Amino acid sequence: MTRRRLPEWFVLLLPAIIVIAAVVLIPLLFSLYSSFTPYKLTRPSTLWKWVGTYNYEKILSDAKFWAAFGRTVLFLTIVLNLELLLGLGIALMMNKVTWGQRTLRTILMFPMMFSPILVGFQFKFIFNDNIGLVNNVLQSMGFDAALPWLVDGKLAMFSIMFAEIWMSTSVFAILILAGLFAMPRDPLEAAKVDGCTPWQSFRHITLPFLMPFIYIAMTIRSLDVARAYDIVQIMTGGGPARRTELLWTLMSRTGYVDARMGLANAMGYVSIILSILFTIYFFRKLSAARAELGMAG
Amino acid sequence: MTEVTLSQVVKKYGQHQAVHGIDLDIHDGEFVVLVGPSGCGKSTTLRMIAGLEDISGGEVAIGGRVVNDLPPRERNISMVFQNYALYPHMTVRENLGFSLRIAKQPEAEIAKAVDEAASILGLNELMDRKPAALSGGQRQRVAMGRAIVRHPDVFLFDEPLSNLDAKLRTQMRVEIKKLHQKVESTIIYVTHDQVEAMTLADRIVLMRDGHIVQVGTPLELFNTPVDTFVATFIGSPPMNLVDGVVRQGQITLDGGITVPVPVTAGALREGQAVKFGFRADNLMPVGHAVEDEGAVYELDLPVTLTEPLGTETLLFTKMAGGEVQAKMFNPRPVAPGEQLRFRLMLDKCHVFDATSGLAVRG
Repeated sequence: MTRRRLPEWFVLLLPAIIVIAAVVLIPLLFSLYSSFTPYKLTRPSTLWKWVGTYNYEKILSDAKFWAAFGRTVLFLTIVLNLELLLGLGIALMMNKVTWGQRTLRTILMFPMMFSPILVGFQFKFIFNDNIGLVNNVLQSMGFDAALPWLVDGKLAMFSIMFAEIWMSTSVFAILILAGLFAMPRDPLEAAKVDGCTPWQSFRHITLPFLMPFIYIAMTIRSLDVARAYDIVQIMTGGGPARRTELLWTLMSRTGYVDARMGLANAMGYVSIILSILFTIYFFRKLSAARAELGMAG
Repeated sequence: MTEVTLSQVVKKYGQHQAVHGIDLDIHDGEFVVLVGPSGCGKSTTLRMIAGLEDISGGEVAIGGRVVNDLPPRERNISMVFQNYALYPHMTVRENLGFSLRIAKQPEAEIAKAVDEAASILGLNELMDRKPAALSGGQRQRVAMGRAIVRHPDVFLFDEPLSNLDAKLRTQMRVEIKKLHQKVESTIIYVTHDQVEAMTLADRIVLMRDGHIVQVGTPLELFNTPVDTFVATFIGSPPMNLVDGVVRQGQITLDGGITVPVPVTAGALREGQAVKFGFRADNLMPVGHAVEDEGAVYELDLPVTLTEPLGTETLLFTKMAGGEVQAKMFNPRPVAPGEQLRFRLMLDKCHVFDATSGLAVRG
């Protein structure tokens, strides 16, 4: 009797396949399936009702979703650019430090060591309109009005961005600093002799060299910021009146508060496109910058 | 006219003094080579002329203008670095034209200057490549091209050939010399390789421990070294030095060999400890010597080792307890241990004071 044997490569890969299936594939397929159902956490039987693309149609015509989507893109753009500028500035200054640089580098990492939840609480206190630090300082300086930092839509967005930037600028600073350390000194000296001012050296020699590092930081941070949830949830909870609603606060509200998991999953699939687009964009930029430096293989 | 003048130039790194008050006049259009062992301050001196290092004391003047406090870009110099220092993200064309573009020259003129430099150095085929796609020799040529496009007053070369293999180094040496004949600018060139110094320089500046030991044409340094350091640094193989003592107008070498004093008698005093120096070229086996005028001293020496080089063979022999190298022209095979009779050309010998190392001349 001949028994059919599984091909060797398959047997060897089987443990990996099982793990990936259990951890990634099955949840992914399940969530994809549930996004085509009216699945409510409170009524499990709804999982078996197929509604086709109803959830997606509903989302695409939902002004609240698009408002959150747009706000997330705006949040991403402003936060990433400011973090880049600040991180670049910090890295350039750190690179000039000759004494105590190790200690400074460690201190620079401190904000990353805190849980985002705690950072959220801290800034919630700092920006509190009654007892917060900022308003206290403003008042002691003679400003009369208590600014509604976490209530006014624009100010609340500013406050959240401030917290996010405070926490994560060091990601840019550290990666750019690593780039500066890796940078050969000779081209900079050649540029000096070639007649460059310090600004021209930076613009024409240093910056092109740093671009791959910047794009790596951008990719990491764009994925991070696109799923911004904890800080927002703690500081404003997406409110007041949805003025600071981002994609993930909207999704978690829909999924866990309203218990409409099917709809929340559909939102997840639409918004994941955002992350994928950002990633593709920055990776393209990254390989272009690497090719520019002759680093591509 | 672009002279470069260094007066009492000092470089200090904290407590450590790297260059000790150097004086040097470099004439317009001259090719000067700073040479010396590593750590002698030659690169530091060059970088001070370039403006890449601060000058701790003294003055550097280029074309009569003191440049101590001018940034490199205002000194009208260009520099070729040991590691080429090309801009990795720019093509060869962009690398060559960068300095002109920074100086906001019109595009047409940039293109003309770049093409001119490219054809001088044979880079025309490579103009659109990035440095990563070039070989070492090609990169070196681009670095030189980048230096010449600007028609600077002074060219500075910082060990430009030390990253190339031996064959390419010889080839590039010739190209640098041709380049100098073409551009006729002042060139200051740093190397640790005495062969490069000898072959390229109009004048050699030999440095040690932050001091200038001797300045002169290659043949001056070769023929009349001021001390034992110059004698052993310049020339290959290095000059043979044998310990001896002055006795009754003659020099008695360790081991009992006595040779007549090759310098005027009055310059030495009785009992003075000396080092007796001569080059391998001036100690030749009888019958295998190049004929030369002047006094000859003959002696028998055992051969311990031979290094055939083709037209000549280098012989290692024992003399006065030390190892001494000799040259055999029109060589025949010599077995180690064989005793040969040698001719020592006395007129070409040197005497140095044993304690100070300074040459004694008369």
